[in-house]
Amino acid sequence: MAVFIFRRFLGMIVVLILVSAITFVLMRTVPGGPFDREKALPEQTIRQLEEKYHLNDPFFLQYTRYIGDIMVPRMTTGEFKRSVTEDYLINIPLPFGDNTTIRWMNFGPSIKTRSRTVNDIFRDNLPVSFQLGMAALAVALTIGVPAGMIAALNRNTGWDYASMAIAIIGVSVPVIVMGPILRYIFGVELKLLPPTGWGTWQHVIMPAVSLGLASSALLARLTRASLLQVLNEDYIRTARAKGLTERAVIIMHAMKNAMIPVVTVIGPIFAALVTGTFVAELVFGIPGMGKFFITSITNRDYPVIMGTVLLYAAFLVIANMLVDITYAWLDPRIRYD
Amino acid sequence: MAVAEQKQGPVNSIPKLSTDEYIKGESLWSDAWRRLRRNRAALLGIVIILINIFAAVFAPFVAPKDFKTQVLVDNNAAPQWVIDVFPVMTSKEEGGYITVSSEYPLGADSLGRDLLSRIIYGARVSLSVAAVGPAVALLVGVIFGLTAGYAGGRVDNIMMRFVDIMYAFPTILLIILLMAYFRSSFNDSQPGTLAYTLNAIDTAFGGMFFIFIGIGITSWMGMARLTRGQVLSVREKEYIEAARSIGTGRSSIMIQHILPNILGPIIVSETLTIPSYISFEAFLSFIGLGVNPPTPSWGAMISEGARAIQTYPNQAIFPALALFFIMFAFNFLGDGLRDALDPRMRGVD
Repeated sequence: MAVFIFRRFLGMIVVLILVSAITFVLMRTVPGGPFDREKALPEQTIRQLEEKYHLNDPFFLQYTRYIGDIMVPRMTTGEFKRSVTEDYLINIPLPFGDNTTIRWMNFGPSIKTRSRTVNDIFRDNLPVSFQLGMAALAVALTIGVPAGMIAALNRNTGWDYASMAIAIIGVSVPVIVMGPILRYIFGVELKLLPPTGWGTWQHVIMPAVSLGLASSALLARLTRASLLQVLNEDYIRTARAKGLTERAVIIMHAMKNAMIPVVTVIGPIFAALVTGTFVAELVFGIPGMGKFFITSITNRDYPVIMGTVLLYAAFLVIANMLVDITYAWLDPRIRYD
Repeated sequence: MAVAEQKQGPVNSIPKLSTDEYIKGESLWSDAWRRLRRNRAALLGIVIILINIFAAVFAPFVAPKDFKTQVLVDNNAAPQWVIDVFPVMTSKEEGGYITVSSEYPLGADSLGRDLLSRIIYGARVSLSVAAVGPAVALLVGVIFGLTAGYAGGRVDNIMMRFVDIMYAFPTILLIILLMAYFRSSFNDSQPGTLAYTLNAIDTAFGGMFFIFIGIGITSWMGMARLTRGQVLSVREKEYIEAARSIGTGRSSIMIQHILPNILGPIIVSETLTIPSYISFEAFLSFIGLGVNPPTPSWGAMISEGARAIQTYPNQAIFPALALFFIMFAFNFLGDGLRDALDPRMRGVD
């Protein structure tokens, strides 16, 4: 297992480097630059700004410098002053005195917001998106999996048809529809929940439900299909034959195996939810990461584009690795050696 | 493959044969149509889709007003029934802020444009995307998948690795980058170049053309994977062997023998993907990278309306409902098609 995790970790780094390279090339081929304004800046100013952010260096040098800033840890001693160009995400103090610290992961400055760094964005906005994403995932799981179970265990009955009809409706309601409707009903009309903002648990409910519902519908259909298949397996008959209660058969034997395809889709859903969702954050006025995925591109804020893409990709590969590890627990026949 | 096995007609009860009586064989498609007709939800879906197509095609005749005429005195006006439905809205007569006007069946937006007419014209964008997405996916994806699956070996390997790499990239990001690329690089191009022509086409379509390209570029990969998998499952079947042994050419084996046998899952999967194209366009318009104003798109209307939802909820809720109904219709149709084409697959994704 340890070997497997180590190998996957190396693979992750390769994937992330590839993703960063493709993104770098793509974003630099898009015309326009971070200093485009309605009223054009003076030539001289643009040249100085480009100098400051090293945008005039050869492409390859820019890219390797960027990757180096992220991957190579630095050791600093003495007074360290955080600046826009020197801001590290991970700072580990060492017990050698003189403030010796290992500093790692400098994602660079935000060109648009001159006083902030990409790490500032991660520190301020990512926790918000992460909390919202986890809440939405919880909604998706607590609705989706039981609904799929009920449908499968009562196949071709009213329960089955009802939960699958609700699932189809759920898939048909994207956040961009659900968000405004929920906000109107519960926030504006009934005044049960705050319509916008962030900070208390009441703020989490509506965005989490509108985000989680579509995923829960997907999970319900998948759980149903997978559980129906598993219930036909020989080991379920064996479990029943040896006199286990129906509850034990379903929970210990059937569900554990039926969850494998469900867990597979949870990986990407998790990555998409926790790195921020633009629509939900806009509709409910939440200060999360989502908006940076879009504004960074429209502003040509190169370091922020790279940072958000890498963040998403990192979450995705980590989630997929966790999914693979979960497989081994769900189905002991799956081994990684 | 399950689809192929169903091709046999009804054999459960063997009828008594008289000399002048035939057992009429039933094709997969007529059988499927019979089953689809019995599915009320799928029929409802078809009806909703047909209504939308009708509204989109005949929008100038169906819509009570023009979609871009601004009547600024009537901005945010609403008819009485809308005010009654949304308790938060109060008319000016009752000391509120809303101009009551029965001229607008669903109300007017912040520029005094008729909401209903904009929703009707908005169906054009959504339905075009619903047609173009699958068209590209089927054309490119199926040809790509057929070729890879039938060729096999190294060709297959290289072609599918390419799909894998494209797949690993976040679709939303790819499409946003593409839109930014099209919009900014083609805008100030010289007359006579390809870029200029493309930009002119896009302007003529109200900004829809680049959305088509963006969705087209990202839509075919899933289809290519599905087709390849299906080809692999039928290419070693006896009837392919038979076709090959009598000297049938490669392309006619692919088109006449393989394609009809894998068409069922392809159609089902594509119908179930249509809602995601529709919501993708809505999302792009929502974030301002979609159609150009004043071309109405449901996504853009929801985005505008959501900003004023506390005061004018009708401006966001009605386009949202329109979007919901069309997505719901395609999902029900796709689900029904799956049941009809392969009853044993019910509920299996």
